[in-house]
Amino acid sequence: MNAESRILITSEKRKKLFDLKEFLYYKDLLYFFVLRDITVLYKQTILGIMWAVVNPLFQMVVFSLIFGKLASISSDGIPYPIFSYSAILPFNYFAQSLGGASASLIGSANLLTKVYFPRILIPFTPVLSKLVDFTIAFVILIVMMFFYEIVPTWNTLFLPLLIILMMLTSLGIGMWLSSLAIQYRDVKFAINFISTLLMYGAPVVFPASLVLEKFGYTLYLLYGIYPMVGVIEGFRASLLGFKPMPWDLIGIGIISSIIIFLTGINYFRRTERIFADVA
Amino acid sequence: MPEVAVRVDNVSKAYLIGLQEVSHETLGGAIFSWIKSPSRNYNILKRLNTFKHNEDSTDLFWALKNISFELKHGDTLGIIGKNGAGKSTILKILSRITNPTKGHAEVFGRVASLLEVGTGFNSELTGRENVYLNGTILGMKKREIDKKFDAIIDFSGIEKFIDTQVKKYSSGMRIRLAFAVAANIETDVMIIDEVLSIGDAEFQKKSLAKMTQKAKEGTAVILVTHNMLPIQNLCRQTIFLEKGEIVEFGNSSDVISHYLGQLNQDKTRQIWDFDHAPGSKFIKLIKAEVNSGGSVQVIRAGDSFSFDFVFYNLTNEEFEVNIMYHLIDEYDNLIFVGSSTMTNYKYKISKGYFRARCSIPADLLNEGKFVVSKLFVLKGLDEVLYEHSNLLTFELTSSAAYDHGHNGRIDGLLKPKLGWEVHSEKEEEALA
Repeated sequence: MNAESRILITSEKRKKLFDLKEFLYYKDLLYFFVLRDITVLYKQTILGIMWAVVNPLFQMVVFSLIFGKLASISSDGIPYPIFSYSAILPFNYFAQSLGGASASLIGSANLLTKVYFPRILIPFTPVLSKLVDFTIAFVILIVMMFFYEIVPTWNTLFLPLLIILMMLTSLGIGMWLSSLAIQYRDVKFAINFISTLLMYGAPVVFPASLVLEKFGYTLYLLYGIYPMVGVIEGFRASLLGFKPMPWDLIGIGIISSIIIFLTGINYFRRTERIFADVA
Repeated sequence: MPEVAVRVDNVSKAYLIGLQEVSHETLGGAIFSWIKSPSRNYNILKRLNTFKHNEDSTDLFWALKNISFELKHGDTLGIIGKNGAGKSTILKILSRITNPTKGHAEVFGRVASLLEVGTGFNSELTGRENVYLNGTILGMKKREIDKKFDAIIDFSGIEKFIDTQVKKYSSGMRIRLAFAVAANIETDVMIIDEVLSIGDAEFQKKSLAKMTQKAKEGTAVILVTHNMLPIQNLCRQTIFLEKGEIVEFGNSSDVISHYLGQLNQDKTRQIWDFDHAPGSKFIKLIKAEVNSGGSVQVIRAGDSFSFDFVFYNLTNEEFEVNIMYHLIDEYDNLIFVGSSTMTNYKYKISKGYFRARCSIPADLLNEGKFVVSKLFVLKGLDEVLYEHSNLLTFELTSSAAYDHGHNGRIDGLLKPKLGWEVHSEKEEEALA
């Protein structure tokens, strides 16, 4: 946007699905949004950034006791604590991003009504800022791998792909939730049970192989439409190496994630012009 | 660069206003309605999207109707009007916060909108972090802020606290810092809503000077405010809005005086034609006005002004007349009694018109609202020929050019400029 640029303001819908030029112009703003989220998150807490570790550790302990010991759920031969932790890691990122995204537009209402910037930056922010917690929690996983003497396989090289898939999914659903939430505040109340539902729906406390075993291959593939299934099973396979990479689940997950992302960005762009009026 | 900076073409904006709730008389009806309420709520929420309505819908409120104007680069435009006239809506459309329902607008070049000072300030962050956050929100790049950082800190005058969390700032410091960021944006079009009227008088002066300088450098400035003085000082042209429509668009001082004239109808000035003039069997009051000399009806506390009263003497005799009035402030404090007897001069009048003018010296009254609560026309020293209540109402604004009258007001009924002399002295002089 140089001095010669012309901005047309009309009642028409935006034509572009994603304005890359504008996005790049505002990349510094995205950077400072993310920086703000990270800086502010653990301010005035005693444990500070340690919360990024405490939460998943306690979840792991509870899951290992209840589902591992009491219910004796199968874990594909992987020690249950690391089996659940390797799922908690991507899932917590996913849940936190969704929580952040669904609250993000409402939380930025004062910005929406006072200043222009590409609104799409708002659901982008939690997807990036929650990576910090993810990274810190990841360190614990590495420590646990040492403890259980698990040697990473070559499949670990696919981890970046899985992380990108995890981010894309979070962003896609985040865009849906944030733009729905600002018009329909029901989302704010629904997000609690939605994330519980999403967690028990994902293979966090049980392996996806259990679905294959009980419901057959077709339903197992359908299960893969939930992209976090491929992500979580992929994390286990690539890091812990007890089984081959579940490319069928990951492949379906990628397709469905792209669809969620595209429809999400479309819905977001379609509704963003009323954000300031309904915020 | 094209000559035109902003072009607004037939812009209208509708808002959806709430529909009346249906009330129920029976429990059954209430329960049924409660069960049905999600679908009803859904329909209402869905309709928040104002772009799909037809124009005649009764629950639409048209905040703006067919607004058109143009602004060139380096030009300055003020927008005035009462609350709800649509001033802020225009700014919101031009700053792309909300879309028009009909029509379109074009903006050439980079826009910075200051609809609020310190948008996005986060109190947990330090001043420095907030400068970067706020700057990028306003459309600057990190590089640019790096370059301007010293100028921003310098303008804000809070260098010492720049690495302190903003939650520990006083509200004044916050405003200074936030405005300093805004003032240092390089932009082609600047949109400002009321923000010049914050901070103390000195800072306001500095801010206005900065805006004037920006306009000289070619920035198109649009300013919305309730306070006429910044508009008068900064804006060449002014739009007077009422109920979403442009009433008048032209030279600022003309538009302002029409606007104030309409606002203060029969307050700073009252004229009657002879047959309807109030009075007694001796005296008729034809005209009363607060006269500040200028064409614009803004009087600053530091200005001199006068009260002009025009009467008609109905009696045939010539007599000595005295005029007396009470000046009270908005809290009913009697500020003084103005009386012509104190001049020790005998004013003789005969039948016909006569005028009494009482000059109020500069630097006497404090800013605020005043009422000429009583006016007496006396024959000699004690015979009241006519008495009139609540004759004139007027306001003195702050002598600091851009003050709302709330900030920086010095306490006291009066704000006199007194004679002062302060100097050092030798011991023998001092003790003499």
